[in-house]
Amino acid sequence: MPEITRDEVAHLANLARIDLSDDELDHLAPQLSVILESVASISEVAGADVPPTSHPLPLTNVFREDVVRPGLSAEEALAGAPASEEQRFMVPRILGDEQ
Amino acid sequence: MSIDLTRASADEMARALAAGETTSVELTRAALDAIAAVDGLVHAYLHVDAEGALAQAAESDARRAAGTPASALDGVPVAVKDVLATTGLPTTCGSKILEGWLPPYDATVVTRLKAAGLPILGKTNMDEFAMGSSTEHSAYGPTHNPWDLERIPGGSGGGSAAAVASFQAPLALGTDTGGSIRQPGAVTGTVGVKPTYGGVSRYGLVAMANSLDQVGPVTRTVLDAALLHEIIGGHDPLDSTSVDQPLPPLVEAARQGAAGDLSGLKVGVVTELSGEGYQPGVLARFNESVELLVQAGAEVVEVSCPNFVHALATYYLVMPCEASSNLAKFDAMRYGLRVLPEGVESPSAEEVMRATRDAGFGDEVKRRIILGTYALSSGYYDAYYGTAQRVRTLISRDFEAAFEKVDVLVSPTSPTTAFKLGEKLDDPLAMYLNDLATIPANLAGVPGISVPSGLADEDGLPTGFQVLAPALADDRLYRVGAALEAALEKQWGGPLLDKAPTLEGAAR
Repeated sequence: MPEITRDEVAHLANLARIDLSDDELDHLAPQLSVILESVASISEVAGADVPPTSHPLPLTNVFREDVVRPGLSAEEALAGAPASEEQRFMVPRILGDEQ
Repeated sequence: MSIDLTRASADEMARALAAGETTSVELTRAALDAIAAVDGLVHAYLHVDAEGALAQAAESDARRAAGTPASALDGVPVAVKDVLATTGLPTTCGSKILEGWLPPYDATVVTRLKAAGLPILGKTNMDEFAMGSSTEHSAYGPTHNPWDLERIPGGSGGGSAAAVASFQAPLALGTDTGGSIRQPGAVTGTVGVKPTYGGVSRYGLVAMANSLDQVGPVTRTVLDAALLHEIIGGHDPLDSTSVDQPLPPLVEAARQGAAGDLSGLKVGVVTELSGEGYQPGVLARFNESVELLVQAGAEVVEVSCPNFVHALATYYLVMPCEASSNLAKFDAMRYGLRVLPEGVESPSAEEVMRATRDAGFGDEVKRRIILGTYALSSGYYDAYYGTAQRVRTLISRDFEAAFEKVDVLVSPTSPTTAFKLGEKLDDPLAMYLNDLATIPANLAGVPGISVPSGLADEDGLPTGFQVLAPALADDRLYRVGAALEAALEKQWGGPLLDKAPTLEGAAR
């Protein structure tokens, strides 16, 4: 398994929508490499014939009757919002200038 | 008989309430007084709701007076880990990103506590989003181990464990993704249970890793854990992973176990969860406990689970993948923190999201999000997440094979006793090793308990004994745990916590 570079960490932070400072990148990149190295040991353990486990116990889809039941009111749903207006979440602009 | 209002077990408190010897208001006030006296030193709580708890206690006393208690534990106060949603009480998950968040709904386990009449004292400290083994990753400062305030109380649920260990609550709820209930139990001399995956509802639990997380009891005695487990457990239609069948009789199993007879029980000592990396004092107390099980009539054999050596690596791929997906919801739009980037005139939603997540998440959370993002990214998914999922199958198969030979498996809970605060804070791998023995159960979904097994000779600090059972056979944990507890307390002449130092300011 490959080592993880500082540039890659910067790219991943971008994908994960976290602004990491230069200091944080310097600090995180070597730590992540060490962690990845230590987990690399399992790459050869399971043959291709071993099925993957996504959940420890078998799951089946769960349905309920299609009937109205109480949910959150608009006020309750908005109570924790950083900003709201007219019973809606208020968010910063979502389009760039060129769009 | 009059009981000690803070040091009594929950069962003793419940019996005193039923006999009219005390009231819920008295018990709740005693717990609140203990919090006022010692939590400045321990920092087990992030939020204390004195007014709410006393109001719930008064209602409980009214029910008792009317002869209509809501449950056996009606009136016994409880603390709740801050990762569980509580209407109107701050729920921060130990993170700045949720500072001051007041959930508009209760987690199902909280609904059940309320329905059973347990006054909720407050919310307990934890590693941020339950990521850690020491509570040092809490954005609100670490919890201190009541046995030695310079040391960690375990994690992520160090607050819940320290609260019950320092008699600031008789009962608490925790959550366990890789050992976050059991390892704090081990290092604080308390009892912690991770139920079978799906055995306790997770509705209203802020998820870290959905395929691993489980809510469970944090207590001072095995019987208390069984009593609390029966209140919070069982099917919940609001949780699609909830197992739709009744719990086995847990309280009955604990009472049966306490009688001390384990004849006919087959116990397997896991070869791979011992030896290198385990502190000598931890192993010495473990071996003595195994000997006590033999004396109680159990048959003990050694069982090899060869793939357990891969559990830690498997966990540190599966968990970050799930955690990075889960924490994507903290986008600064619908709840929680919103931080505007500096020096940007009209920031976009994405820029606000980036700035907020940088300011709101701590180091360990960022490490795991980046790691998960990496392991799930195109081209690496099969090599990392796919591989880990296949090894997970092998670990489950090891459990299946072992449980064909024995009824329960046993090991030390944590390889070491409590280490010093700060010692492993910036060494993620050293920190991760604390969960070596507890992680296999989460990967396979089987239940586990940690019971105090004594004090290590090297440092005089608590050690824990872990019992693992097949999925849905949680009753076995209580039978074996209670039998061991009874045998050990006979040797010690009382509970292990009687040996803990009295904290300055703590009234007894």
